[in-house]
Amino acid sequence: MTQTLPDAPLFAQALGPAALAGLARRAEAVAIPLGALLAGLAAFSLFLAALGHSPAAFYALVWRAGFGTGFSWENTLSRAAPLLLAALCVALPARLGLVVIGGEGAIALGGLAAAVAAGIGGPLAPALMALAAMAAGGVWIGAVGWLRHARGVNETISSLLMAYVAIALFNHLVEGPLRDPASLNKPSTAPLPDALRMGEIPGVGVHWGLAVGVAACALSWLLIERTRWGFAARIAGGNVRAAQLQGLPVGALVVGFAALGGAFAGLVGLFEVAAVHGAANASLMAGYGYSGILIAFLARHNPLAIIPAAVLVGGLEASGGLVQRRMDLPDATVLVLEGFVFVAILLSETLYGRCRVFAPERWGRA
Amino acid sequence: MIRHPSLSRRRFLGAAAGATALAAGGLPARASGLTVGFIYVGPKDDFGYNQAHAEGAAAVKAMAGVTVIEEENVAETVDVQKTMESMIAFDGASLIFPTSFGYFDPHILAVAPKHPEVRFQHAGGLWTDGVHPANVGSYFGYIGMGQYLNGVVAGHMSRTKKIGFVAAKPIPQVLMNVNSFLLGARSVDPAITCQVIFTGEWSMAVKEAEATNALVDQGADVITAHVDGPKVVMETAAKRGAYICGYHANQSALAPDMYLTGAEWNWAQVYTAMAQTALDGGTIPNFVRGGLADGFIKMSALGPAVTDAARAQFEAVKAEILKGGFAALRGPLNDNRGNQIVAAGAALVETDLALESMDYLVEGVVGATS
Repeated sequence: MTQTLPDAPLFAQALGPAALAGLARRAEAVAIPLGALLAGLAAFSLFLAALGHSPAAFYALVWRAGFGTGFSWENTLSRAAPLLLAALCVALPARLGLVVIGGEGAIALGGLAAAVAAGIGGPLAPALMALAAMAAGGVWIGAVGWLRHARGVNETISSLLMAYVAIALFNHLVEGPLRDPASLNKPSTAPLPDALRMGEIPGVGVHWGLAVGVAACALSWLLIERTRWGFAARIAGGNVRAAQLQGLPVGALVVGFAALGGAFAGLVGLFEVAAVHGAANASLMAGYGYSGILIAFLARHNPLAIIPAAVLVGGLEASGGLVQRRMDLPDATVLVLEGFVFVAILLSETLYGRCRVFAPERWGRA
Repeated sequence: MIRHPSLSRRRFLGAAAGATALAAGGLPARASGLTVGFIYVGPKDDFGYNQAHAEGAAAVKAMAGVTVIEEENVAETVDVQKTMESMIAFDGASLIFPTSFGYFDPHILAVAPKHPEVRFQHAGGLWTDGVHPANVGSYFGYIGMGQYLNGVVAGHMSRTKKIGFVAAKPIPQVLMNVNSFLLGARSVDPAITCQVIFTGEWSMAVKEAEATNALVDQGADVITAHVDGPKVVMETAAKRGAYICGYHANQSALAPDMYLTGAEWNWAQVYTAMAQTALDGGTIPNFVRGGLADGFIKMSALGPAVTDAARAQFEAVKAEILKGGFAALRGPLNDNRGNQIVAAGAALVETDLALESMDYLVEGVVGATS
């Protein structure tokens, strides 16, 4: 029998307490990051105003350049595409309590592996490129997970150092044994044949990395929220000892999730090589791996939330140019804004469970 | 590329200009003349590559009827493609200078065919007739001659007979500068050697400082560089008591007493000429190169430390280069592994295409390309 709530609003009485309690929890997960975002934007407005610039003019430009026209969306989504996959390299291991910040290395090696696989050729070349990219990234970040589990090496430090190693290896190979002799002043691997170049999603003007990124986020969400591996990973992330006592394969989970994250980062390299650069060269190290950290934290390591977070950051970065040109502000302005938002979101972590309006009890569940 | 069939270019630009005026608190709408966009890969006050281009942009800005828009720190990724398109869509730019070498392939080549009405001018000399779009042009200068002149002064000023070079990557353009610097110094004293250290990156301050310190530790007392922003190299070398020769832009302000001279780009002259051609409705040639005589490069004023003997030879060699057809590489000349590069009696003049695939360090340079 449904218990009625005399002091609750009318719609609450119509829904019933169980549904309402669930709704309140979901609302909390949306309202707090949104509130933090607005607080970050407001704080940045004060910063701009203190420097004598109009926040209204600034946000008008950001809107226009990031979201206001068809071209703006194309610009925003182009920048968001690599960030989706790069963020998964942080978010997936994070569900097991690992802070992996070396996705940049997996991106570099993934791109290089794809370029090498393209050289093998044959009808299976596209699949081979994807597999090679995922394998390279997966092995690299998987090794970080293994070092953590088997040897107790701090994964944050090791992933960062491994990224430096990866980039050094990349540069050595691209400027040495794998260099195309024709790439005189911009050392690169041999250019991909036209047949292996990836085009744009029709009507969107962005390469296929965007679609794959969105799909990867959705699949990762399903993996974490709807499968027993995801469930086991969440338990291990919450309390390793408890998970081990339950007989969960913690080692396999740590290595597996790290490797999957690395494989997604490897795909960033694949798309950069096949859809943007047409060869592997130093331009691959564009900082996507590091932006991915920001996005994963903005999304609180929820793969579905990575999509709006990446679009937001993509839009901010897309607007950086117009802000520079029109307001004569330095290019770092957008980075400062991202910093404000990032800090606001991190601070808002402390609010979960403390806002009474979202408490399930308030809506009828004891 | 999303097309907007209902939105004509004129209406779009009008709306953009209106929105700008509104958004920027009543800034005047864009002038009706030519809008020129400049894109830099690093900060435009880097005392180096980007500053040299920004100085060129500043000269264009001073021209009547021209609006200049600039964007710095634009990566050689899809970022630069979108920056070019944004300059076209939001600012109506019809002449764009994406200045970094790495912007050409694939980025300019991807954007240019979509915007045939816009002219793209790229620094680096890569344009090939019949292969690349007709609305793309490339230009470059024989700055190796500037490093040769740096070397002449360095040869006079070095007491240890060891000079040093901090280089980014062992690519032809960089190797040409290293070799020219040493050969300039050897034209003064054939016993001089030049140690080169490659940092592997175009811009990495820590490695550049380490390399500079290592060179000075090994006895080098005149240092030059080819990295994007030579500021750290110049400051570190001067602090360690070594003389410095500039590169890309004028770095004399960093250490006036230790600065001897420098090989600078003279983009102001090149860019104003190109902008004037565009303003007059003319066609900019697709492939332009020039040296000291053409005003593509220039030398920094000689510093106070430069001796009279050094000054005299510097002026004499400069006059020689200004005549055109100067050759820094004259036979017989070997590379530093003992292979012959130029036979006795032969010479590679500054315009020789063979220099553009240089993959060696000449005899007297201490270092390796790989």
